[in-house]
Formats: sequence, structure tokens, C-alpha cells
Amino acid sequence: MEEVKQITLHPQGRTEEYFINMGPQHPATHGVLRLLLTLDGEIIKRVDPDLGYIHRSIEKMTEHDTYRQIVHLTDRMDYLSAHINNEAVCLVVEKALELEVPDRVKVVRTILAELTRIASHLLWWGVTGMDIGALTTFMYAFRDREMINDIMEENCGARLTMNYNVPGGLMWDIHPNFQRRVKAFIKHFKTKLPEFDRLLSDNIIFRKRTEGIGVLSAEDAISFGVTGPAARASGVSCDIRKKQPYSAYDRVEFKEILDTRGDTFARYKVRIHEMWESLHIIEQLIDNIPEGDYQVKTNAVIKLPKGEYYQRVETARGELGVYVVSDGKKSPYRMKFRSPGFSNLSVIDHVARGYKVADLVAIMATFDFVIPDIDR
Amino acid sequence: MTNEELKALIQDWVPDLEFTEDSKEFVTVVVPRGSLRDFLRKLKTDERTRLDYLFCLTGVDYPDYLEVVYHLESTTLHHRLVVKARTQDRADHAVLDTVSDLYRTAEFHEREVYDLLGVRFTGHPDLRRLFLTDDWVGHPLRKDYTDEANIINR
Amino acid sequence: MYDFTPMVEGINRWLHSMMPDAAATFAGWVLVALVYLALFAVMGLVLVLVERKVAAFFQLRLGPNRVGPWGLLQTAADAIKLLLKEPVGTKRADMFLYNLAPFLLIIGAMMALSVIPFAPGLQAFDINIGVFFIAAVSSVGVLGVLIAGWASNNKYSLLGAMRSGAQIISYELSMSLAILTMVLLAGSLQVSQIIEQQRDYWFIFKGHVPAWIAFMIFVIAGTAETNRTPFDLPEAESELGAGFHTEYSGMKFAFFFLSEFVNMFIISAVAVILFFGGWMPLHLDGWTGFNQVMDFIPPIFWFLIKMSVMLFLLMWFRWTFPRLRIDQLLKLEWKYLLPMNLVNLLLMAFIVLMGWHL
Repeated sequence: MEEVKQITLHPQGRTEEYFINMGPQHPATHGVLRLLLTLDGEIIKRVDPDLGYIHRSIEKMTEHDTYRQIVHLTDRMDYLSAHINNEAVCLVVEKALELEVPDRVKVVRTILAELTRIASHLLWWGVTGMDIGALTTFMYAFRDREMINDIMEENCGARLTMNYNVPGGLMWDIHPNFQRRVKAFIKHFKTKLPEFDRLLSDNIIFRKRTEGIGVLSAEDAISFGVTGPAARASGVSCDIRKKQPYSAYDRVEFKEILDTRGDTFARYKVRIHEMWESLHIIEQLIDNIPEGDYQVKTNAVIKLPKGEYYQRVETARGELGVYVVSDGKKSPYRMKFRSPGFSNLSVIDHVARGYKVADLVAIMATFDFVIPDIDR
Repeated sequence: MTNEELKALIQDWVPDLEFTEDSKEFVTVVVPRGSLRDFLRKLKTDERTRLDYLFCLTGVDYPDYLEVVYHLESTTLHHRLVVKARTQDRADHAVLDTVSDLYRTAEFHEREVYDLLGVRFTGHPDLRRLFLTDDWVGHPLRKDYTDEANIINR
Repeated sequence: MYDFTPMVEGINRWLHSMMPDAAATFAGWVLVALVYLALFAVMGLVLVLVERKVAAFFQLRLGPNRVGPWGLLQTAADAIKLLLKEPVGTKRADMFLYNLAPFLLIIGAMMALSVIPFAPGLQAFDINIGVFFIAAVSSVGVLGVLIAGWASNNKYSLLGAMRSGAQIISYELSMSLAILTMVLLAGSLQVSQIIEQQRDYWFIFKGHVPAWIAFMIFVIAGTAETNRTPFDLPEAESELGAGFHTEYSGMKFAFFFLSEFVNMFIISAVAVILFFGGWMPLHLDGWTGFNQVMDFIPPIFWFLIKMSVMLFLLMWFRWTFPRLRIDQLLKLEWKYLLPMNLVNLLLMAFIVLMGWHL
């Protein structure tokens, strides 16, 4: 038998702190994230994230790839916002080449980006319910997410990692059924979204589990570089779609959802409202897709002029930044993806301290981490 | 504040700073190593700049030095600025001051830069490797990093 | 009508005519044990399937539908799979306790099952402290959970076991008090007597408001006792992996899994006995024709119908509610349920004293 470690008893009846490994295989981390928790009973004393379990060095790979090849690598970062990631790379290339893409491309990109956002938030809603113990939410969310995936499949040929954007436009024109099916989805989803509130948002146990838990102040959100719904729940206006509009966001009306409570429930509520706003954006655009080309001709091998380029987009999780240093060759000299999950994760220790293990799970759920996005 | 005004203001503060024209979008300023922290603190706290949000921190490997790039934004005044700092060399003196006490997000980002590029940040509270294992040799994002098995040089 | 007593007695006489008294008694025991083992297995199989089908119903799915007609054989296939599985365990576990834990849990559940009457005459063990016995024996299970968590040598398991200990010991109180409230009304602890008293009206009608309150508390405490959502903290798969049974696999895991369903069955059975008259048919005042039609339905079906409703209720909880946190769970018990229960007990005592329950 293993020799039993002597347990120190503290005179004041304090308990001994101990470590627990949450992950790399753990249901609540939604991937291969490892959190080293220091616990006192069930109270969290420290969270130390250990990353890299799915680090595929995408940034290094870009240094050997052409810009067209890089687009599909970004699918694999935040796979739930695959379309938006692709768009970021295409936009930075277009910005560097000073290429004006047709309006049709801009509008279609925006519609697809918002559909992606809804799909991502749907998956998030499902797993948030699961993390807090309500298993049924997952199936409800997937029923509706399936409709979006089907639209994507018909339109782009893929359900998750679409790779539909190419520098200069879209890979193909939209499918003839596209508009009809998107409208059908909007009609369907508008009746189903209130159901979500009835099932989970208004549940007293859910409220008790989330309200006042994991409060993040606006100052901390800015200092830690938290973006996306998580920061907007703390009252930080950080929507890139409003701040630096790209694609067709400058021609649509939508509200930036802000909350000031900064707790887990606020983060939850912001995402639910964002789904309504996304529906609103799609509704404005879906009947007004301009006629025109779906692509501008670009060279087979794109070479960016020497210089530095930066493009920010708003993914479902927050701000994705693409920083390109080009030396005029066919591959970038250095490419950096500033992923929203990475910055959002850095705040987890700050937010979760003093709460219980169960709260950590709820907090993690509403920060909505996608691990490949953090590790890249 | 527009880019020109920002540039003028910074030139007013520190006259002999080097501005690069790499980026058409942002004002880019290269700051000497020694004054990096003081410069960023001034940018963060001054009423006219208030650059309180570090939205991207990254490093680039150049033949003679390592460059760390700070993308800053003001959440109240909505202007942006890029600050660059260069290390003395790529080996023993690849050292910069940390800014993690000014911008908490830098804690993770500096660990990433240290892990992948090997820039050591003095004053960082917890400078460990982030993605790679602690006993990893080398810094993969450097241009001279070789790995026969996994990297194909074309 | 539909009394099983003659049948049971017939078997008993037949055994006694075949062999000496001592052997016949022993044979009777073995027979009862076999019947209960079979019941246990069948109950496990059926309840797992029902749970999955109900879950599917709530989750807009079809549920198991491949093995056998309408997926009826799915759990049988699962049971075979679990039997054939390699038992994977931990080397550093305290082997004796590690192996003992699932059996403790299952024995507790089985013993409680023995006093439950399915129909007149279909009861193994009609002792005069029946409900007390159920309350006592069903809390033996927590020992199994605690031992499992401790012996697994896994921090997640230990956390789960500690949660479970705190939870079950707390909620045992509520459950016992709710039972006590109804015992006050019945004036007896013997299960058959409690049922007999509900020949005219079920206790839930006889006991007025306190009976309803007791019923609600009983269902809440019962859900907590069985470690089911919203009180599934000991397992809490999104927090602790699988809680106290993280390190168990194969048939040992199946025992934990089955004992949850048996416990659920017991809780439902006790609720049916105490509040809904066990196997007694539904009678309404003045509706003679209706009452006669109700009498026509055999007691065993009455019992099973009531059980199904109760089980469905528990499953409904499970597939709708999120999970509570440990401090909220204990707060609910000690700050709300316990005081409510004590007041309710007084109320019931008052009602019985005034004779309003007759």
C-alpha cells in the first residue's frame, strides 16, 4: 500500500487546501482545456489554466502557406464562428490589396455571419443548460441549429467549417433556395426563441445559480481585454460591428446589447438578446441582396504589398483580430490571430475566485470558451 | 482624436520618437526599450489619449531583434495607436519590461510571446510557458526554429 | 376480489406438505428472494427503458428504437454489454471497500423493497413498523455512496460522496417528518394498515391541506434522496465527471445505476402508499356507480398506475430542471423545508385531534 500522507490539522479548524485537475478531459471544459484548481473544500482559491492541448501552431503554419490556404486554417480556430473567422482573413487581404468587393458579397457575408452567430449562440445555450444540469436545453437548441446547418450545407457544401469566403468574394454564388430557407428559419425561430426563456431563463433554480455569480466589473473587463457578449454584459461597449463596421454592418439597423450587472446571468441574457438582434439584421438584408458578381478576380497567388495590416471582426465570442506583417512575398512574414477566447480565458481566475466549483462551471459556460480558439 | 492629432501629440511629448509607415490604418510608434512602461502608462492615464484597452499584444521575429507590438485603443475616445518595442538582440538580451500591471490582459499575452518567441518580460508575475511544456527547447515562432519532423520548409 | 393471499398461502401449504417445516420455511425464503431478484432485474430494465423514452419525449427525440420492436430490448442489450465489460478500476483504491460499496447500496434498496405491498397479499414482509423500516433502510444507501467516494481514491469521487452525505442526511429529516405527518393521520406504522385505512378515501383527500404540503415535501425530499436532478449533485456530471461512481465500470457501475432506479421506485411506492392509498381504488363520495367501476380494476393495476404517474413525475423533474448548488440545497432543506415540515406536523396533529380527517 502507498504510504498515507500525513494530514496537517490546523488548530483553528481550518481545512487544508488541495489541488484538483479540471480537464484536460472534463465535461464542463468543452474540449481539452485543463484548469488547475486550488480548492478549500468546494471554494475556489485559485484557477490556473494550462493551455496547449490542442495547440496546432496555426500562426507558424501561416508563414508557409499562401493567403488562399490560410483562409481554411481559420475554420479550425473557433469552429463555431468558422464563417466569421474566414471573413476576417479575407477582409485583411482585401484591405491590403485595396480591393473593393461587390455589394452582393458584403450582404451575403453579413447574412451568413449572423446565421453563424445564431448557430453558435444556440450551441452555447444548449451546453450552458447542460452545464447547469438541465439536459433538455441541448436538444432544443440543436433542433434549431440543425436548420442553420442545413442552410449552410446547401449553400456552402459544409455544415461546420464552411470555408465559403475567398479573398475577393465568395467561392460560389448563393444557392437558389437560400433566401427562401433563411426566411423560413427566421419565421420558425421567432416562435421558438421565447420558448427558450420559458424553459431556462425564467427557471428559479437557474436564476439562483446565475444571478450575482462571477461578477466582472467594466474596468476589469477592459483591463483583461475581455470582449464580446461577456464584456457587453459588464457594460463595455465593444461591438466591432458598431465601432469599426465591416461588410454590410454599416447599412443595417441593430442595437448593441449592453447590460451593467456583469454577472453570469447578464452574460446569459446578452447572448439571448443578441440572437434577436441577429435575426433583425438578417431580416433587413435577406430581401435586399443586390445583384452582381459574387467575386472579384484576384491572382491565383496573392502577394500582399509590404506593410502591416490589421482587421478586427466580431465573432460570436468577441473580437477576433488578424494582424499580418507582410514582406511582399506569397506568405505572410508573421500572422497573429488575436482570438477572443484567449483574452476571455485570462479573466477566469479573477472572476471565479471565492465561488464554488459548481459556480465555476456556470461561469465558464457563460464565457463560452471554444478551446481550439484559445490554443490556435 | 484623429491619427494626425495623435501623432502630433506624441511628438509633442517625446520629440525624437521613430514613427514607421508600415501600417496605413494606425499611427505606429517605436519606443526605446527603457521608456516603454512609462510611455504606455502615460498613454493610459493621460486625459487626451486614455488608451486603456490593449487589444492585441504580439511579437515578431526580425533578423536582428525581436519586436513586440502593442495595439492600443481608447474605449472612451475611440482612437487607436500601435506601439512597438524592440529587444537589444535575439539571444541573451531579448528582454523587455512587462506591462501586465497596466493591462492585465498582457499577463497571458506576454506568457504567449515568451513561450513562442522567447522574449523575457522583467517584472512579469508568473512568466512560465503557456502552450508548450516547461521543458521544451527553443521558441517555435522564431524564424530559425527547426523541427525536422513537423515543419516542412518550402 | 383479486386478493393474492389465497395464492400465496396455497404455495406455502404446498411447500409445507412437501417437506419438513424448517425446510419449507427456508424454501419459502429462497423463493421470495428469487422473486425479488427477478423483480429487481425486470424493474431495472423496464425503468431504464422508460426513463430513456420519457427523456426522448421531453427532448424531441425518438429514444431507443433499434433493438427489438420499439427499442424494447435496448436495456437488455445494455445489460449484456455491462456484464461483458472488462472491470476497469483504480490500482490505488481501497480494494475491499471499493468492491463493497455497490453491494451496500443495492442491499439497502432491496431491503426497502421487501415491505412494499404491490397488491393485497403480495408483500414479503408486513412488519408493524413498515414505514419506519423503509426510512431506516433506505438511508443505508448513503453509506455505500460515501464508501464508494472514499475508496475510489479520486478527488472528484470524494467531493461527490461528501456532497451526497450532506444531502442525504439533511433530506432524510424532511422525508421522515413528512412520513411522520402521514403516520399521525394513519395511527399506524404498518403498511397494510395504512392502506386499509384508505379504503374510502385516500390520505391526500383525508388529510386536507397538511397532506398536500407533506406530499410536496415528500416528493422534493424523495428526489433528493435518489440523487436525481435537480438534486443530482453527488453525480453532477458537468462538474465532477460522474461524482462518487467516477471510478466504477462494468457491472459495479450498473449496480449504482440500478440502485438509483430502485430507489426511485421505492420513493414512488412510499408516496403511493402514504398519500394515494396504495392499491386501493379511487372512490368519490356519492358516486356509487363510479366507485363500482373503479373497484372492478384489479388492485395490482391500481398500484402500477399510481406508480407510473409518480415515476413520470420524478422523470419530468429530471428532464426539466437545472441543478442546485450545494449551499442552496442545504439552505432549502434547513431554512425552508424543515420549519415548514414542523409546522405542518403540528397542523396535522391538530386536524387529527379535532377528528376532521374522518
